[in-house]
Amino acid sequence: MASQYMYYPGCSMDGTGKAYHDSIQAVLPELNIGLAELDDWNCCGATEYMGISPLRSQALVGRNLALAEKQKNGTDTLVAPCSACYVNLARTDAYVRESAELAASVNDALGADGMSYTPGSVKVRHLLEIMIDDIGLEEVGNHVTRPLTGLKLAPYMGCLVSRPDYDDRWQHREHPHALDQLLLALGADVVEYSRRTDCCGGHMTQISPETGLELIRRLIVEAERVGAHALVTVCPMCQMNVDFYQREMNHHFRENHHMPILFFTQLMGLAYGMPAKKLGFGREIISARPALSHIGIEAPLTEEEEAQRAAEAKPVRRRRGDPALPTPAPREDEEELR
Amino acid sequence: MTAPKIGVYICHCGSNIASMVDVEGVRDWAASELADKGVVVSRDYPFMCSSLGQELIENDIKEYGLERIVVGACSPHMHEKTFREASANAGLNPYLAELVSIREQVSWVHTDKVKATEKAKAIIAGGVYRVHEQVPLEPLIAPVNSATLIVGGGIAGITAALEIADAGYPVHIVEREPSIGGHMAQYDKTFPTLDCAACILTPKMVDAGAHPNITLHTWSEVVDVSGSVGDFKIRVKHKPRMVVEADCTGCGICIEKCPVQVIDTGFEAGIGYRKAIYTPFPQAVPKYPVLTPDDCTYFAKGTCKACEKFCPVDCIDFTQTDEFVELTVGNILLATGFQPFDARRIESFGYGRLPNVFTSMEFERMSNAAGPTGGKIVLRDGVTEPKSVTIIHCVGSRDKNTNEYCSAICCMQSLKFAHLVREHTGADVYECYIDMRTPGKGYDEFYNRILDEGTQFIRGRVAEVTDSLRYPEEEGHEGRLIVQVEDTLAGVKRRIPADMVILSTGLEPQPDATEVARMFGVGCSTNGFIIERHAKLAPVATMTDGVFAAGATLGPRDIPTSVSNGAAAAATILSRIAQGQIAMEPYRATVDAARCSGCRICNDLCPFSAITFDEAAMVTEINPKLCQGCGVCVAACPANAISGSGFSHDQIIAQIDGLLSYPGGGDGRPVEEAVGATA
Amino acid sequence: MIPADSRLEACIQCGTCGGSCPSYADMDHTPRQIFALIRAGARDKVMDSNTPWMCVSCYLCAVRCPQQIHIPDVMYALKAKATQERRVPSHVAPDFSKTFVDYIHKYGRSFEVGLVAKHYLRHYVTRLPGMTTSGIGMVTKGRMGFRPHQIRGVAGLNAILDRASEIEQAKQRGLFEERPQSGGTH
Repeated sequence: MASQYMYYPGCSMDGTGKAYHDSIQAVLPELNIGLAELDDWNCCGATEYMGISPLRSQALVGRNLALAEKQKNGTDTLVAPCSACYVNLARTDAYVRESAELAASVNDALGADGMSYTPGSVKVRHLLEIMIDDIGLEEVGNHVTRPLTGLKLAPYMGCLVSRPDYDDRWQHREHPHALDQLLLALGADVVEYSRRTDCCGGHMTQISPETGLELIRRLIVEAERVGAHALVTVCPMCQMNVDFYQREMNHHFRENHHMPILFFTQLMGLAYGMPAKKLGFGREIISARPALSHIGIEAPLTEEEEAQRAAEAKPVRRRRGDPALPTPAPREDEEELR
Repeated sequence: MTAPKIGVYICHCGSNIASMVDVEGVRDWAASELADKGVVVSRDYPFMCSSLGQELIENDIKEYGLERIVVGACSPHMHEKTFREASANAGLNPYLAELVSIREQVSWVHTDKVKATEKAKAIIAGGVYRVHEQVPLEPLIAPVNSATLIVGGGIAGITAALEIADAGYPVHIVEREPSIGGHMAQYDKTFPTLDCAACILTPKMVDAGAHPNITLHTWSEVVDVSGSVGDFKIRVKHKPRMVVEADCTGCGICIEKCPVQVIDTGFEAGIGYRKAIYTPFPQAVPKYPVLTPDDCTYFAKGTCKACEKFCPVDCIDFTQTDEFVELTVGNILLATGFQPFDARRIESFGYGRLPNVFTSMEFERMSNAAGPTGGKIVLRDGVTEPKSVTIIHCVGSRDKNTNEYCSAICCMQSLKFAHLVREHTGADVYECYIDMRTPGKGYDEFYNRILDEGTQFIRGRVAEVTDSLRYPEEEGHEGRLIVQVEDTLAGVKRRIPADMVILSTGLEPQPDATEVARMFGVGCSTNGFIIERHAKLAPVATMTDGVFAAGATLGPRDIPTSVSNGAAAAATILSRIAQGQIAMEPYRATVDAARCSGCRICNDLCPFSAITFDEAAMVTEINPKLCQGCGVCVAACPANAISGSGFSHDQIIAQIDGLLSYPGGGDGRPVEEAVGATA
Repeated sequence: MIPADSRLEACIQCGTCGGSCPSYADMDHTPRQIFALIRAGARDKVMDSNTPWMCVSCYLCAVRCPQQIHIPDVMYALKAKATQERRVPSHVAPDFSKTFVDYIHKYGRSFEVGLVAKHYLRHYVTRLPGMTTSGIGMVTKGRMGFRPHQIRGVAGLNAILDRASEIEQAKQRGLFEERPQSGGTH
């Protein structure tokens, strides 16, 4: 069953996010997903345009939504792989749905080029959500031929996928486990990464480097603390900040971190047995090679070992002489992960 | 037919109505324009409900021989009874007086005085047209059964039970836990006096357990309610204890011998263990243990039976199943309490993820000398005493993402925690609060005491609790928690290292509160607490006659308020019992058998099961004893065969005619538009 | 204009926003203080504050705010106001935004190489040497497109944006103007 979506790649796909682009192009056909790139799309405005003029910013995004409405071909879903693009597209759609006055203004502006947008007619979704909700973890896992067992990954979802969540799609806005689940489906070892939705620094690397570099450093230090070999991202801006600015950060703090940051689609491709080169590996500034060297063959757990692990994870009964207080049951979705 | 003589009375309600409605204008308009509809006198008065206002009506009835009364004032919920009684005093059948609302439906909800005045006129016209169709009615008298059902055996329910039982009337307490006592039994100390909760609660529990007029149904739930005020029929499910209560001595040997320990997520709030057969705490009332098959080795594997082997009186019975008992009671008190907010829902505080983040209930049990740690305040490892503790206020309260309301008790509970931590461990204590709310007796003095004890207060809502440190400034704090908060008074962001964080969790309705409310026919607010009949004047009554509510089932409240609620409800119920009978509104549905087609559409709609079908005559019948006059069947009947007394078709149509008869709004709009806002 | 613009009336000054903000250290007022200053009518203090410019739009404050105030939107509105009035506390952030949107106006898309080059030459010349290795890496690894892509509809896009400006000017509703200006102490 092929799924067909409209596709809004965003400006960085052609440049800094090239590895994301490569891996998306390699992996999606394998999952039978077709992406029809929106014809003549324009920039979403990133985090900059809203600060110049809110209405112009809505009109800027409105043009993309208007194009999508017109170019619908059996699907009303517009997929954005970049978190910033996703949130900008979703925001405009949400706001014109909420405010008839804004919708009228945006359409007035779009009218200057003979365009218009019907609020709510396009469903904006992030690529990660497509993988989790439409394709499904089972199907994602079905294609795995080279499980990533032994590769310790810190799932770094970044801020703008689960927040502000205009359409109420993510139950958990600060500690979502969607990316964990996907990486587990690939056979990877997923570490509990408490900074999973922290800010990557955004444009701070451009406007206030010290803060930007400190934010990047926090992400990396925490990933090291929990023993991750690499961070995994769903956003080209996060990737750019952690990857490109890592050397400057090291220099600034006189430290020597080496924490590669990879796109989740690159890891999917790897688990699907695709050649690393085809997936954009090698385009990163902080090399992923040491991380990838951890992937060896490891025998799967026997049934007994699995049962033992499950029992250890859930100490329902008290161990003799153990003074420790029981820990509260984790949130239901977290329980599945343990 | 000549029109009846009608008196119209327009109330100012001080300035409540008069500031938005031209009451004199409405008065004069009614006198002149509604004269042909029988209005012979029209008056206004500052407070129609005052005794002088009532006298005005009474005198007019006598002087003018009035046959109908229309009062334009507040909602019938407030003063319908007042004006009916005034009419009765003057010899007019009370049901010939009609109260129409020009306050709740007009002055309080509009901002344009001209339009509001026009709408008031239309509503008065509706009332005048309606009373033409009014007929004299007599209230229905029902005997009141002297027994009372109390649902929930916490401090509110126990208080009410003892008051009623001491007066000599039978009480049934239905409690779903194995013991009565409720949340109060879990606490160690109570604010602001710091007296021991068990010391003041357990005597009351013992009294309730031993009282000849009180029957305890613990480990039980109400499964069905029928009937109405004075005569409710209640079906109670006794869940199987697997212990024969008649034989059990409460010796506890079965508990001692049971080899299974499971986490006690109930009484011990998840930080302690219990056996598969257990009593929640030593002073439990009744003393009989409960065996939970889900935890029991025998039920899982078919062997063990240690409890049975060692029981000296042979009272373990693995074959027990649900048992049902039927009760008849005259009044019902809902005292079902609250559940603590699930702190996992606020992800940034890390409960469930960061081991040394604790909830209020966990801390209550930990600080309790009879609790899992024997009263020692320790980290999750069960050994280490904290050197620094941060308490976070308003967790699950005053937060539109979870609960918008203030949970009322958490400030005081947090202050109590601060005291206990300092007393037990000497640790540094930080309290992060938004606003300090200590309005009870002795409460602010308690706050001062805690200030004196050296607790550090930070005005700011905590942004997050994390175990991820920043370097180099937090070097050396590995393994501790960091509480990140803007100290809003100092205007700086602080990262406070803490060994232990206590989340002062708010109060939420029980998870099944809405189902319980539906079963008892009472209303819930959107957040799930039961709505009282009147927030100020009838705070423990509900909209359903004979059903009362007390304690935290009405909203977050502390022990003193819950106890007052319970006592107040008991007094109200005792008054009903003492009267022996109750006068009910004579609003009942009746079937005109000649018009009933036997379609049975109404048969399943009745929420009170008052409708039956006469198979022989092929017509529907309504039992007036069960009918509550809700009107569902009246509206549903396609043949107009069912009519409601007090709300007959003729009355309702006449009222609509009256509303529409008014020629138009002051701005010339059609009346439908002028009235449309709330009609 | 933006649905959430004025929700800041509901602020209870709890500080969740400031406590959550990753760029707090750079802000001369916390978001909470900005709201208090707006309510106090302290226009100058607000307009001279760098706080809005330091917002990274991570939405942590927005999802944590117990009053559900759309804080990043308020920051956007303040930035836009400052831009219109040409009243900015420092030029780095506004210049970056301006350079960024200039490319959008010209090509319809962002142009990363041009953006970085222009911005760094203007404000961060001293950072450039330290970034050479990584920068060269970006080029050799094919992550820097040297030719900007211009969309076909760029003229239409500019017509749309110009029209949006006209509408915005006609509907100007400020954060200050709609508040009573009494009791100010500034």
